[in-house]
Amino acid sequence: MVGKTESQNGAVKATAAPAMNLESDLFSNFSFKSFKLKTKQQELLLRVSILGLVYILAFITRLFSVLRYESMIHEFDPYFNYRTTLFLTEKGFYEFWNWFDSESWYPLGRIIGGTLYPGLMVTAAFIYWTLRFLRFAVHIREVCVLTAPFFASNTTVVAYFFGKEIWDSGAGLVAAAFIAICPGYISRSVAGSYDNEGVAIFALLLTFYLFVKAVNTGSLAWALASAFGYFYMVSAWGGYVFIINLIPLYVLVLLITGRYSMRLYVAYNCMYVLGMLLAMQIRFVGFQHVQSGEHMAAMGVFFLMQVFYFLDWVKYMLSDTKLFQAFLRITVTSAVAVGALALGVGTASGYISPWTGRFYSLLDPTYAKDNIPIIASVSEHQPTAWSSFMFDFHILLFLFPAGLYFCFKKLSDATIFIVMYGLTSMYFAGVMVRLILVATPAVCLISAIAVSATIKNLTSLLRTKSKTAVAGSSKGTGGSKASSKASFDQSQPFQKNGAIALLLGAFYLLSKYATHCTWVTSEAYSSPSIVLAARGAHGNRVIFDDYREAYFWLRQNTPPDAKVMSWWDYGYQITAMGNRTVIVDNNTWNNTHIATVGRAMSSYEDEAYEIMRSLDVDYVLVVFGGVTGYSSDDINKFLWMVRIGGGVFPVIKEPDYLVNGDYRVDKGAAPKMLNCLMYKLSYYRFGELVTEYGKPPGYDRARGVEIGNKDIKLEHLEEAFTTSNWIVRIYKVKPPNNRW
Amino acid sequence: MEALLRPRIMLSLTIILIPIFLFISGASSHQIRINNAERRIDLSTHIVKVFLTLKVENTGKTSASEILLAFPPTQVDHLAFLEALAATGKKKKKTYVSLAVKPTQLPDAPNETNYYTIVLANPLNTGETATLEILYILTHSLEPFPVEISQSESQLVYYRDSALILSPYHIKQQTTFIKIPSNKVESFTRVEPTDRAGNELKYGPYEDRPPYSYSPLLVHFENNNPFSVVEELVREVEISHWGNLQITEQYKLAHAGARHKGIFSRVDYQSKPAFSGVSSFKHLLARLPPRVHSVYYRDEIGNISTSHLRADSWKISELEIEPRYPLFGGWRATFVIGYGLPLEDFLFESSDGRRYLNFTFGCPLVETVVDKLTIKVVLPEGAKGPSAVVPFPVEQRLETKYSYLDVVGRTVVVLEKKNVVPVHNIPFQWNDLNILFWGSKMEKKKRNSLLVMLVD
Repeated sequence: MVGKTESQNGAVKATAAPAMNLESDLFSNFSFKSFKLKTKQQELLLRVSILGLVYILAFITRLFSVLRYESMIHEFDPYFNYRTTLFLTEKGFYEFWNWFDSESWYPLGRIIGGTLYPGLMVTAAFIYWTLRFLRFAVHIREVCVLTAPFFASNTTVVAYFFGKEIWDSGAGLVAAAFIAICPGYISRSVAGSYDNEGVAIFALLLTFYLFVKAVNTGSLAWALASAFGYFYMVSAWGGYVFIINLIPLYVLVLLITGRYSMRLYVAYNCMYVLGMLLAMQIRFVGFQHVQSGEHMAAMGVFFLMQVFYFLDWVKYMLSDTKLFQAFLRITVTSAVAVGALALGVGTASGYISPWTGRFYSLLDPTYAKDNIPIIASVSEHQPTAWSSFMFDFHILLFLFPAGLYFCFKKLSDATIFIVMYGLTSMYFAGVMVRLILVATPAVCLISAIAVSATIKNLTSLLRTKSKTAVAGSSKGTGGSKASSKASFDQSQPFQKNGAIALLLGAFYLLSKYATHCTWVTSEAYSSPSIVLAARGAHGNRVIFDDYREAYFWLRQNTPPDAKVMSWWDYGYQITAMGNRTVIVDNNTWNNTHIATVGRAMSSYEDEAYEIMRSLDVDYVLVVFGGVTGYSSDDINKFLWMVRIGGGVFPVIKEPDYLVNGDYRVDKGAAPKMLNCLMYKLSYYRFGELVTEYGKPPGYDRARGVEIGNKDIKLEHLEEAFTTSNWIVRIYKVKPPNNRW
Repeated sequence: MEALLRPRIMLSLTIILIPIFLFISGASSHQIRINNAERRIDLSTHIVKVFLTLKVENTGKTSASEILLAFPPTQVDHLAFLEALAATGKKKKKTYVSLAVKPTQLPDAPNETNYYTIVLANPLNTGETATLEILYILTHSLEPFPVEISQSESQLVYYRDSALILSPYHIKQQTTFIKIPSNKVESFTRVEPTDRAGNELKYGPYEDRPPYSYSPLLVHFENNNPFSVVEELVREVEISHWGNLQITEQYKLAHAGARHKGIFSRVDYQSKPAFSGVSSFKHLLARLPPRVHSVYYRDEIGNISTSHLRADSWKISELEIEPRYPLFGGWRATFVIGYGLPLEDFLFESSDGRRYLNFTFGCPLVETVVDKLTIKVVLPEGAKGPSAVVPFPVEQRLETKYSYLDVVGRTVVVLEKKNVVPVHNIPFQWNDLNILFWGSKMEKKKRNSLLVMLVD
C-alpha cells in the first residue's frame, strides 16, 4: 500500500532505461556491421550513446527514495520551496514576487519575494507549465520531486563538455560518469530533495564551463552565455558568491603568472559587467554586487584588468622601456592606492557592507562557534569529518591528487582554472559539511582527468605492444616515449602484464566506486527524514510517520489562525504541511526572534507563559525521541536553544543547565534543566510510561537514562495532541485565568 | 428545555387542528384504517433506521390506491432514505413487492407535516387488507448531550420522536420498540404503557389513536459507536479505453458526535483503551468491488501508511483504513482513496450501440453518512450525449476535464446528492436501486468498439 502508485511510476522509469540502453546498443552494433562507419563517426556514436546512458543513470539512481518511500518532498527547506512553488503556479509570477507571507515569523511576517532565490521555483513552475501545455496532467508535487534528478542529469552533460574543454572527450565522459553517481552530489539531489542546490550545482558548473570556454576562445558569445549562466546561478542559490570570488581569483592568478591575454580580457569584462547587471534583477541580491564586501574582489579585479589593458596600450605607444617602467610603477601604485582608498572610504561610510558572518566563518572555521551560535548550531555547517570525505568521494579522494598532477603537467588556462576550483572548494568542503557539494564537480573532473589519462596511457602501451608484436617492427607507432623505449626492452611481456594488471586494478577500483555509490545512495541519502523507517523485531519494516501525523492534525483540528511555536527547524514543515502560522522558521533572518523562542523554551513555565502570551502563541510543538530512541529531538538540540537564547538575553546562562559541564536529563541534572519548559513539555507524563522491558518507567531511550523529573505538572499549558510514537507533542496554551 | 417545548406546542396544535382537518379531507383518511402498526427504531449506530410494519384496511366505499405516510418537519430534513414494500403470501412463502414512493404536498397539512405517498401495486378494494413494510433512515438525529465531553467520558445522546406514530389515519393498535446499543440509559420518557428490557424500550401497545396523534418522546442514552460523517465526498470515476476504471474518492471526514474537550493524553489513550476515548474511532472499513487493484490511500501531504487491503477476485474486497490520528468528537480528517477496476465488470454494450456503465452510487465506507456526495463520471475523450439513470432524484450537470494528452477535453457527468447513507447493508433492498447508468450515443459506422470511437 505504501506509495504504491509512486513505486510503479519509479518502476516504469527504471525499466525504461535498460530498454533504451538495449536500443542504442542494437543501433550501434547494427551500424558498425552494415555501414562500416569511419572511426571518427564510430567514436561519436559511442560517445553519444555513453553520454545518453550516463544521463539516464544519473536520473534513475536518484529514484531510490521514491521506490523506498513515496514521491514526497524531503527534509526542511524543500518544504518551503514546495510551498512557494505551489503559490507561484497557483497565483502567477507577479503575485509571487510581491508575496508578503504572514504565516511565518509571526508577528513580523516575511517578504517572500524579496528574501528568496527564485531560480528553483521558477524553474519548476516553468517545467510544470510546459508539461501542462503539452497536455501532461502532472501534479506540481511530482515536478518538484523530480526537478533535482533532472538537473543532475543535465549536470552530467555539462560535466562532459567541461571535461572535454579542459582535457579531452575521454576525460569528459569519465567526469560525466563520476558526477552522475558521486554521493557528494547525490546527497543533495535525490528525488524529493527539492532544494536550491539541486539546480545550483548545474548552474555553477555551467557558468564555470562557459567562462572557461570564453577564456579559451575569447569569444564574446561564450562570455555572454557565461553571464547568463551566472545570472541563473544567482537566481538559484546564495553559493553564487563562490563564483564571484573564484573567477576574479583565477583572473588574478592568470595576470600574475603572465597569462594575460585579450581573450581573458573579453571573457572577464563581459561576464562581470553583464553578470552583475543581471544579478541585480534578483531582489534578494539587489545592489550587493557594488555594495557588499564579499563582491568587492570581483570589482577590484575588474578595475585591475582595465589598468592592465591601459598599460598594455601605453607600452605599445611608448617605445622606451625605461620610461614605461617608471610609468608602470606610478600607475600601479596610484591604482592600488585609489582602490584601497575607495574601499576604505566605502567601508567607513557604510556604503560597502562588511563581510557577513557566514562568509567569515568560511575563512575562519572557529568564528561561528564563538560569535554566531545560530550558524554553528546547524548540523550541516559543522566542519567535515574525514569519514564523510571518504563516504562522499570514495576513490575520488585518491584520484584527486593524481588528477592535480596531470593538470600541473599540462598547464593551460583551463587546467589552471580547474586546479584552482578544486583546491579552493576542497578547502571549503573541509570547513563545512554542506560545501562538499560544491567541491564535488571539481573533484569529479580532476579525478576524471587522472583516470582518463592513466587508462589512455596504459591502453596505448598495450596497443603498441600488440602492434609491434604483429608487425615485428621495433618502433612503437605514435606511442609515448616510455612505450617506444619499452619496445626495445627485453622485459616486454612483463610490462604488458603490468599494464594489464594496472588496468584491471583501475577497473576494480572504478567498479568498487560504482557499488559504493549505489549503496550510499540507497542506504544513506534516500531517506526523506519526514518519515522514519526502522527494522522491527522480526526484521519487518516499521514506519514512524509521526511528523505528518502531527502536522496533519494541526492542519485539520486547530483554528486556521492558530500560531504555533516550535524550534525553528520545524517552521517550514509546519507552514507547508500543517498550514499554520509559525513564530520562527528555517529562514533564520531574525536572530532576536529565534532567541526569544529559545528563551521561552529554556525558562520556567510561568516566565515562558509571559513570553508566549506576548507572541500570541496558541500551540507549542516539541519533538521528542525518548520513546522511539530518535536522537535528533529537541532535548538534544536544547543546548543550542540555551546558547542562542543566552546570546541575546543574558538572563539565560548555559552553566545553569549543566552539571560540571555535563549535559544530563536524569536525576543528577541541574534543577533549572529539570524545570524548564522544554524539559516539561518533552517529558510530560512520560514518567508513567514503560518504554523498554526491564527498565523503570520513564526510561528515555534516546539518551539511555531514566528521567529525573517524573512528576511534571503543567499550569499554563495542556496536552493537545501527542503522536502515536510520541515523536511530536503539541501543547495548547491556555487563556489566562480569570482574575477574580 | 426549548427543544422539549416545541413538540408540546406541536402536540397541542395538532389536537386543535385534528377536528378541522377531519372535516376538510374526511374522504381519504376515513377510507383507510391502520389495524396494526409496529415500529422498530434501531438506534444502535448514529444512523437511525426505522422499520415500520403497517396492516392497512380499506374501510371506505371506493377502492384506494395510495397510502400516505406522514413525517414531522424535523424528521423530513434528516430523512435520507425511504422504501416501502408490500408483503404478499403466507408466512413462509412471503414475497415482497417494492412500491413507488413519492413526496407529496397536501394543501391542508397540519403543522407543516410532510407526506410521502406509497402507490400500491394493486388498488385496495373495500374491506381488503394489505401489509406494508416500510424502512426509512434518518441521519443526524442523535443529538449529543453533553455537547462536549472529555477523553475519559463516554458519549450520551438524545433521540427525539413521538411515542405515537404520526399518521393521517386512525390507528387501531400500535407498538414502538426502540433498540439502544447498550443498556446504559440515562432517562427516557414514559408514555404508559412503557417497558424497558435490557437494551430495548417498548412503547405501547396503544389502542385506537385518532389521526395525527402525537406524544413526544425523548431517550437519553449512551452511544459510543463511531459517529463518522463524511461532510463531502467527491467520487471521480474515470473510464479509460485501455480497459481500466479508475476511481478517486476525496473524503472530508468528521466525527459528528460530542465534541472533544480539553486535553488529549496519549498515555491514557494507549494504556487504558476501555476508559479513554471510547467514543473516538480510528478504523474505517471500506467495501470495494471485487478485482480491485492499485489501491492507494493518501492525503494532501502524502501517503498514509496505515491501511490494510483484503482483496478478493470474487467477493467484495475490504479496505481497512486508519486516519493519521484517532478521530475524537469534532476532529476532522481529509483523505483520498483511489483504486482501479477492470472495465469489463462495469461497462456493457446495449443492442443499439450505446455503452452503459453500471456502478454503485453511494459511499463505500461502512456505517457512514455522506452529507454531500458528488459523483463525476469522466467519459473517454470524444464520447457524446451521456445520460444518467439514477433511481432517486439527483442534481445533474456536465463538465469538461482535461487529462493526459487531451485535445478537446473529456465530458464529465456530474451528479450531486445530499444526505446519502449506505443502504447496501439493509437486507430487503434490491439490487437495481443504486445503479448509475449512462450511455453515449455514437454514429453508426463507429459502433464496433469503444476504441474506435476514441481514436476519432
